[in-house]
Amino acid sequence: MTVLASGSDVSWSQIFNFTDYGSLLSLVQNSIIAGALLGVVGGLLSTFVMMRDLPFAVHGISELSFAGASGFLLAGWSVVAGSIVGSLVAALIIGALGVRARDRNSIIGVLMPFGLGLGVLFLSLYRGRAANKFGLLIGQIVAVDDSKLTTLASVSAVVVVGLALLWRPLTFASVDPELAAARGVPVRILSPVFMILLGLGVAMSVQIVGALLVLSIVCTPAAAAMRVTSSPALVPLLSVAFAVTSMVGGILLAVGASVPITPYVTTISFLIYLVCRGLGVLRARRATGAVAAA
Amino acid sequence: MSHSVLRLSGAALSYGARTVWSGLDLDIVAGEFVAVLGANGSGKTSLIRAVLGQQPLSAGRVEVAGTAARRGSSQIGYVPQQRRIDPLTPMRAKDVVGLGLDGHRWGIGRPDPHRRARIAEALDAVGAGHYADVPIGLLSGGEQQRVRIAQAIVAGPPLLLCDEPLLSLDLNSQRTVTTLVDRRRREHDTAVLFVTHEINPVLPYVDRVLYLANGTFRIGTVDEVLNTETLSALFGVPVDVVRTAGRIIVAGVPDAADCVHHETDVDSDDVVPVRA
Repeated sequence: MTVLASGSDVSWSQIFNFTDYGSLLSLVQNSIIAGALLGVVGGLLSTFVMMRDLPFAVHGISELSFAGASGFLLAGWSVVAGSIVGSLVAALIIGALGVRARDRNSIIGVLMPFGLGLGVLFLSLYRGRAANKFGLLIGQIVAVDDSKLTTLASVSAVVVVGLALLWRPLTFASVDPELAAARGVPVRILSPVFMILLGLGVAMSVQIVGALLVLSIVCTPAAAAMRVTSSPALVPLLSVAFAVTSMVGGILLAVGASVPITPYVTTISFLIYLVCRGLGVLRARRATGAVAAA
Repeated sequence: MSHSVLRLSGAALSYGARTVWSGLDLDIVAGEFVAVLGANGSGKTSLIRAVLGQQPLSAGRVEVAGTAARRGSSQIGYVPQQRRIDPLTPMRAKDVVGLGLDGHRWGIGRPDPHRRARIAEALDAVGAGHYADVPIGLLSGGEQQRVRIAQAIVAGPPLLLCDEPLLSLDLNSQRTVTTLVDRRRREHDTAVLFVTHEINPVLPYVDRVLYLANGTFRIGTVDEVLNTETLSALFGVPVDVVRTAGRIIVAGVPDAADCVHHETDVDSDDVVPVRA
């Protein structure tokens, strides 16, 4: 065991610890599957979150999702259900009231602290296990039992199938809503429908990475992918690959450690972004050169 | 010059008590280039929306290629005004053109060589073939407008609807856009309805002009409509029309005080000081 700094009782083994790794892995098998599912959902959603400029909305939705989850926890109901209810309420409010970007941001700014406050209230009143409480804010990996995994898998299926169906018109509407409307794309209906799918995805993410860090899965992956490619087919694929890597990699590193999963996921996600951003600078230089030469 | 591509008959549009225009009869045949002029609030944008099936008429009919105007008609290629596209938009020029083919369809689509060929053909037609693979957000305003024209023509529509496509473009790019639109209608017998604040960029190509003002309108050739007598009668105040060096300058057009504000009309107001 190496001591990080003298006078401190923090040690590396709290952060990286692979003793009995094999037996620990079998314990978190469900979490790894859940993490991979979340990676797929988050990676796909983040493509549209970036194209529609919704990162702040994602954060707002996750705080209300947290409020819903903690409310249901206090009442003794399903945390996942509460999380979904909170998410959908937030997504629908933001979708209905915030059509223009400025309105949307102010509504989110108003909703977000309220949701967080409600959640804190519910958690303070809750007398159960403390891990349940903070897991909702900062993430947890041990808590995925079979029934929860089934729920997460069903929600993932709904989001993925929904996105696949909407893919082309939603892309069109995200790139140029006015042109899309002229071509008969039902722009006004697509927006709330996408918010519902986003709400479902965010509710899932809250279960694993926690409300405060949802953006690392539902924004960062596509933000990174868009730095290295402009192909509309490659961005979602890379984004999914990045999100799955962050999630599963984060869980694998966190298994033996005594700190929550979150810092691992967010750090991997952030490192991927940094690398992509670096590559993006080179790529932009090349592309500008190509345009100038053309 | 043959069959009618866009036909408005007895078309009228009112918002509440205010009549934007009424009794509008207009027949645009294949290969014809019609410019729509008018001050803010004269109903240019409403006309576009009516043709796109987004705005029901108060009276009369709009027909595109023989059928009543409806949303998402594949008979219309729509070229909007230039708008800034975020540099990180995950689309290359060819992807944007592809949206014009199947962007409105459900599902994710699949690779299709025939589709790729049509996109390449549309890009070549507007001289944008060499930046097919460049991210759309990195192109200049003029280059983006070329790509938008390619998107509008890729499905081979008999009608091109251009809604202030020259706004915020430099003179060179304006010329490029108008030349491309004109070439398309000559080579493919496409009808063109071209909404603009400024007649001069399209002057060499225009067959007829529709001038909207004060709830009424005039239709005719440039000479028939853009003269002192006609415009003074249309506006009810003395208006001077001067022709100089192949340009037309219209002076004395009153600002529509009671206009219905449309977004496109409002922001275009600052751009062009002299209206034709």
